[in-house]
Amino acid sequence: MHELPITENILQIALRHAGDAKRITRINLVIGDLSAVIGESVQFYWDIISKETIAEGATIHFERIRACFHCKDCENEFAPDGRKFECPQCGSDQVNLIAGREFQLESIEVE
Amino acid sequence: MAKKVTVVEEILSENDRAALTNRAQLDDAGLFGLNLMASPGAGKTSVIMATIQALGDELNIAYIDGDLASSIDVDKVAELGVPAVQINTGGQCHLDAFMMQGALPQLSLVELDLLVVENVGNLVCPSGFRLGVHRNVLIASVPEGDDKPYKYPAMYLGVDVMLLNKMDVIEAFDFDMAYFRRGVEILNPGLAFFPVSCKTGEGLGDWLAWVRGEVAAFKDGEGEGYKAR
Repeated sequence: MHELPITENILQIALRHAGDAKRITRINLVIGDLSAVIGESVQFYWDIISKETIAEGATIHFERIRACFHCKDCENEFAPDGRKFECPQCGSDQVNLIAGREFQLESIEVE
Repeated sequence: MAKKVTVVEEILSENDRAALTNRAQLDDAGLFGLNLMASPGAGKTSVIMATIQALGDELNIAYIDGDLASSIDVDKVAELGVPAVQINTGGQCHLDAFMMQGALPQLSLVELDLLVVENVGNLVCPSGFRLGVHRNVLIASVPEGDDKPYKYPAMYLGVDVMLLNKMDVIEAFDFDMAYFRRGVEILNPGLAFFPVSCKTGEGLGDWLAWVRGEVAAFKDGEGEGYKAR
C-alpha cells in the first residue's frame, strides 16, 4: 500500500550516491520481515518512476532478514511461529527481538 | 565495469529528516505532540473527543486528522471549539512528515499546549513513518481480537503508550487478556497500558492523568531524550 513513497525514497537515495556514474544497474536492499513492504510492488513502481533517470531498468534486490528473538534465560535464538513469542526451547517470556526490523538501502551497483 | 557503492542508509531517511524539522518546530513553540495510531474503528476519534472534553479547559489543544478522504472527523472535533486541520492523503495509507509540514503552518503553534494527530486508520503503514511528535499512542480495541500484537508486531514495537478501548463489550468476545498482554509486554516491556471504554468512561481518568503528566513534564523541560517519533 505504501510502496510508492518507499520506492521514491529508494530512487532519491540511489541517485544521491551515484556520483558521476552513467548507469545504476542494481539496488541492494536489506529488509526485515517486520517491515511490511512487497518486493514486486517496489519493482513495479521502480520501473515507472526510474524512467529517464540513470537508474532506469535497474534491478531491485531484496535481502530478507527473518524476525529473530533472543532468549535471555537459555540463550536460544528463534523465529517466532506467528502465534506466540515465548521461547520454544524453555518457554521463557524473557525474550528480545534482535532482528527483523531492518529497512536499509545497503548498496548500489553502477557503471 | 560494474562497481559497488556502499550506501547503508535508512530507506525512510528523507522522511526522518523532515520529522526532525517538525519536532524542532514543536519544541521551539513549547508544544507537546501525540501521534494516535489504530486500526479503522478502534475509537481514535472517540478517545480524542473525550480527551478534549476533559482537558480543554486547562490546555490549549489542536487537532490534525489524516484520512484518505472526507472531513467527517475534523468536523466533529471542530465542534468542540478547538483548531482542527484536515489532511486528505489522497489514498495514501499513512501520514508522513511532509504532510505534517504542510499542516503545521495552519496552526498558531505558540498558543498551543497539546497537538493531537490522528493518523490514518491502519496497523501497518503508519508505524514506519515518523511525523516529528513526542509520543506515539496506539489504540487497540477489544473487538479486533487478542492476537493483534502477534500479527502486527511493528506497530506494537514503536509506541510509547497504549489504550485498549471498548472494554464495555469484553464479555461478548473471547478476548484472552493475559495472552494479549504477554505479546505486548514481550515486544514493548513496561509499556504504559490503559484499558478504557469511551462509551462508559471507564479507565479514561488514568489516560487523562498520563496526558496531563506528559504535557507537564515536557513544559518543565524533562522532555529531553524523547525518541524520534
